[in-house]
Amino acid sequence: MANLNAPPRSLTDSWLSRAVFANGWQLSSILIAVVLGIPIFSVLSSIFEPSSDTWQHLSETLLNDYIINSLILAAGVSVGTFLIGVNTAWLTSVCVFPGRRIFEWALLLPMAMPAYIIAYTYTGFLDFAGPIQTTLREAMGWGYGDYWFPDIRSIEGAIVMFSLVLYPYVYLLSRAAFLEQSVCVLEVGRTLGCSIWRSFFTIALPLARPAIIAGVSLAIMETLADYGTVKYFGVDTFTTGIFRTWFGLDDHSAAAQLASMLLGFVFLLVLLERWSRSKAQYHHTTGKYKQLPQYKLAGLRGWIAFAMCLLPLLLGFILPSLQLGQWAWQTHEEMLNSNFITLTLNSLLLAAGASIIALIIALYLGYGTRIYKGIIMSSVQRISSMGYAIPGTVIAIGVIIPFAAIDNHVDSWLRQHWDISSGLLLSGTVFALLFAYTVRFLSVSIQTVEAALGKVRPSMDDAARSLGRKPLQVLREVHLPIMKGSLLTALLLVYVDVLKELPATLILRPFNFNTLAVRAFELASDERLADSASAALMIVAAGIIPVIMLSRSINRSRPGSQRNNDSTT
Amino acid sequence: MTALLEVQKISLLYDKTQAVNAVSFSLNEGEIGCLLGPSGCGKTTLLRSIAGFEIPSEGRILLNGEEVSRKGWGLPPERRNIGMVFQDFALFPNLNVEQNIAFGLRRMPRSYSKSRIEQLLEMIELSDSAKKYPHQLSGGQQQRIALARAMAPRPEILLLDEPFSSMDIELREQLARDVRKLLRLEGMSAILVTHDQYEAFAMADQIGVMNKGEIQQWDSSYNLYHQPKNRFVADFIGQGVILEGTVNSPQEVDTELGLIVGSVPDGYKQGCPVDILVRPDDILHDDDANEFAEVIDKAFRGAEFLYTLKMPSGSKVLCLTPSHHDHAIGEKIGVKLDIDHLVIFKRHSKFQVE
Amino acid sequence: MLKYLPLILLSTLFSAIGSSISYASGEVNVYSARKEALIKPLLDNFSNDTGVKVNLVTGKADALLSRIKHEGRNTPADLFITTDSGRLHRAKQAGVLQAIQDTQIEQTIPGHLRDPEGYWFGLSQRSRVIFYAKDRVKPSELSSYEDLADPKWKKRICIRSSNNIYNQSLVASMIASNGEKATEKWAKGLVDNFARRPKGGDRDQIKAVAAGQCDIAVANTYYYGKMLTSKKDATQRAAANKVAVFWPNQNDRGTHVNISGAAITAASKNKTNAIKLLQYLVSDEAQQWYAKVNFEYPVVDKVNASQLLQSWGNFKADTINLSKLGSNNAAAVKLMDRAGWR
Repeated sequence: MANLNAPPRSLTDSWLSRAVFANGWQLSSILIAVVLGIPIFSVLSSIFEPSSDTWQHLSETLLNDYIINSLILAAGVSVGTFLIGVNTAWLTSVCVFPGRRIFEWALLLPMAMPAYIIAYTYTGFLDFAGPIQTTLREAMGWGYGDYWFPDIRSIEGAIVMFSLVLYPYVYLLSRAAFLEQSVCVLEVGRTLGCSIWRSFFTIALPLARPAIIAGVSLAIMETLADYGTVKYFGVDTFTTGIFRTWFGLDDHSAAAQLASMLLGFVFLLVLLERWSRSKAQYHHTTGKYKQLPQYKLAGLRGWIAFAMCLLPLLLGFILPSLQLGQWAWQTHEEMLNSNFITLTLNSLLLAAGASIIALIIALYLGYGTRIYKGIIMSSVQRISSMGYAIPGTVIAIGVIIPFAAIDNHVDSWLRQHWDISSGLLLSGTVFALLFAYTVRFLSVSIQTVEAALGKVRPSMDDAARSLGRKPLQVLREVHLPIMKGSLLTALLLVYVDVLKELPATLILRPFNFNTLAVRAFELASDERLADSASAALMIVAAGIIPVIMLSRSINRSRPGSQRNNDSTT
Repeated sequence: MTALLEVQKISLLYDKTQAVNAVSFSLNEGEIGCLLGPSGCGKTTLLRSIAGFEIPSEGRILLNGEEVSRKGWGLPPERRNIGMVFQDFALFPNLNVEQNIAFGLRRMPRSYSKSRIEQLLEMIELSDSAKKYPHQLSGGQQQRIALARAMAPRPEILLLDEPFSSMDIELREQLARDVRKLLRLEGMSAILVTHDQYEAFAMADQIGVMNKGEIQQWDSSYNLYHQPKNRFVADFIGQGVILEGTVNSPQEVDTELGLIVGSVPDGYKQGCPVDILVRPDDILHDDDANEFAEVIDKAFRGAEFLYTLKMPSGSKVLCLTPSHHDHAIGEKIGVKLDIDHLVIFKRHSKFQVE
Repeated sequence: MLKYLPLILLSTLFSAIGSSISYASGEVNVYSARKEALIKPLLDNFSNDTGVKVNLVTGKADALLSRIKHEGRNTPADLFITTDSGRLHRAKQAGVLQAIQDTQIEQTIPGHLRDPEGYWFGLSQRSRVIFYAKDRVKPSELSSYEDLADPKWKKRICIRSSNNIYNQSLVASMIASNGEKATEKWAKGLVDNFARRPKGGDRDQIKAVAAGQCDIAVANTYYYGKMLTSKKDATQRAAANKVAVFWPNQNDRGTHVNISGAAITAASKNKTNAIKLLQYLVSDEAQQWYAKVNFEYPVVDKVNASQLLQSWGNFKADTINLSKLGSNNAAAVKLMDRAGWR
């Protein structure tokens, strides 16, 4: 058992000398980071391949569309999530109006909805045969072709869908910023005669800008990573282009080059988000928390605020859930068969596998950083956490290329020397899928484990040892009880993310291996919207779990409540 | 009688620098010792090596006559019978007060631990809070619980690492006295590490002043104050200024404040230039005195004024006067020297030769 | 599938799910893009008649091909059944098929409906035709695919995305007949006539015509059959009843047809059985059922189409060799991209 109390090394040691003296834990951690980086390397290495005919063709025809559409989506989603997220965050942070306590956490519910599910739900909802148009026709006595109805399957529709499910990122971060802002600053504003609006626009908003930018960047990253929604709505973006080029045009190299371009976009976003978050730290004020100034909204204004908060919740969660529920009810007899059970079990087991692997790696790296503080371990952690920004499509491409190559080489070599065939070891197996999930979602585990380990101060380790516990016992009796809750959180968060994941699963899954997400998408794409609802509903139900966990942390963040870090949950 | 703790020429490396350099001291049973010094002097590292968290590169540590540390090896902390109180208390947030205190009593029979815990809770006056959790208590209460937890298994020696540094300044001295009382009640030996000399004075029998990894002087608080062995100790402990003077005879030193009578150590020839340590309480305000000094600063201390005075020669001295002598800045007041014990250094030398 | 679960659990590192199909003799392994319900009864009949065990794996056409390519020499697949000659051509290009010389099969299937080199064979035909709104378009206004680029159809045409291989094959056939330049010009004109951006599948196009969004749709004939006879969905039936079939190019080369077909894999371990199965699938009895159940036309001349299909009228079919659809596929895709056909 490694010495838990090895002295922290200073950051001024040159990395070279540290590398020379690095021991097993550090070396293996570096190896982990390198392995996790394989997908990125293999995608980026395609840049150095000569551009094929296909690339030429793409750049003449579709590439512009991909870029322009991506920009339009990014712009639209920024505006949408900004308007909804900041507005609701401000209202629930500092204003008092009916229903505010509930809205505080309920506004997070749309996070449970994957974008592609809400996309096809609304398509069905607003469809010719759906409730809206049917009611309209009955009310107005119209028939086929007698009236015009807006078509949601467009880039504008996609922007609306993304805004509805991604605004919670902006909501959460803005809210945190508003709550942490100096109470004094806002009070000063008030004494200087600022009305709500003035203090919002001139004080609160500028101060919260870094947090808002970080939230919007996250929303755009998710938008660019999406495949199901844009495919379903017929919007040509990088992800659909990558799929088409890989499978349709059968040009792996060009697909990887497209993926590299997408990575470029994402990289810019990551820089923006990181930079914003670091600036946000400077706005942290005193540790003493007082009640924030509460602006009471009376009468009509209160109800307007109520409506402004109700609308995103209604559109982003309640309506789609009801529609899904109705469809699921309609089709449940035929849909809930043994296939469905297999499907569900596949999904649940896969998600469980991925979340456990991610947790183990996160713990390994987390403890490594705790014991061997310094630039190597913290860089390893940072690199391993990059996956959240990388679209699943890109990761999948980056996994399948090297894995298939390895499989072929091993197979040829074995055939040559021993005349046996190894078949498929890596590619087209559950292993490839688990690997891709780990790359993508490890950051969630790492951050949660980091926070959990932060609760167990090194002095607690020493205290336990001074009271007679051996190092392993310290882990069991001190670390585990304190970190239990957070570790469970880490498992659940990754679990739900894997359940919702679509593009990487589509590309990498073993043959005839379906998950709930894939099934929902395929059925929806086959115009069998009602049939897909059961699978979709299960995903949404699972997605509510992280919302509940987040809502608890929102309760604790309420001004005036206990903020002592010693709580264990 | 063998000492409870013997530290023999301990050297410790910390991050490739020499944190502690050939330190030796010992502590008898029932004594409370203290390692006092500025940040970075190595006191915490030394304490941690006694606890077993650091392995020495040279030297030995013996606890109750048994070797617990030597070059390159150390008995693990959980095998030494020590208790430790940490700067941030390190209470386990998932356990309540009772359970925290009980943490080290795992191997004891239930009945014993129950009564021991009760006894401790009473001693620290927190019997009502047995079921509360650390985050529900104030800093002072948490510190007492940390103390009780460390004391519960009756360790041979209790190690306290800057235990009062997170408390309000006004409370520290009183807290230190309270802890000393508790330790005395239990008859427990302890070593305190701190940078605050008043804590050290309030709590410890023997104090080791440390600087740059070495113990400058290991002595009682009184002796440290009145007989500092070198300039560092003289500077660190208490307040004072250095006055220049010349040796007149083996009993006299001539200074601008007059002749000082005291025993001059051997080796100081007549006419040898020396520096004298002058504490604020060595300077008396005397209206009949021959020398007058100008008040350039004053600090009200309640019972006293601490005046900063400028001598005619330009050098500054400090003077502690009962506060009903209220003089304005710029006034000239009469002062005279009243030194009981001569603290004398050869000029430009760090050490007093004794 | 449930029995695979422990395997999945244990073999996260080394699972090769494909190799769970056995290689025992007296068997044949079929990878079919055709849904199970539309092929299994025939396979069961075959097993009963010949005693050869048939193992069926179904999946999406592109995924199946990808899997076969991926499995390489280790693939257990013997017979590969998929739709559209373009896909069969791709499989041939990928080197996963082998050529078969079998006089019986060659005599049964017309030459233009199978690969000239014997790599793949058509099993049923479908046509990609023009569906028009009965109340808004007169059949006399329609003539050919080429005519669809005429400005008179501006904003009146619904067709699915260029991503779909059926459209790619249609364009490929036009390249074969009219050359690339003319076809590109045509495609641009066609795109100008789109009533909306391509979205949805073939059925959506027909529904859009019925709903009044456009007057003309281009879709495969079997979708029409499915919609007309839909048990679950009344709106599909209603929509199908609002349109009628028009067979383009009757005055020149004939209407574009395509096939669903089968091929024997290069790595097949049960070649004899596979050929036997293939022979069975082009037997009269099999042909009749196979075509009827999916609203398609048989490939064998003397077997009649179903009643419903006959009610749509006889038509002259384009007899261009369908391998050309495959060889022109890449050019077709690029052409459609350049024309702005999304």
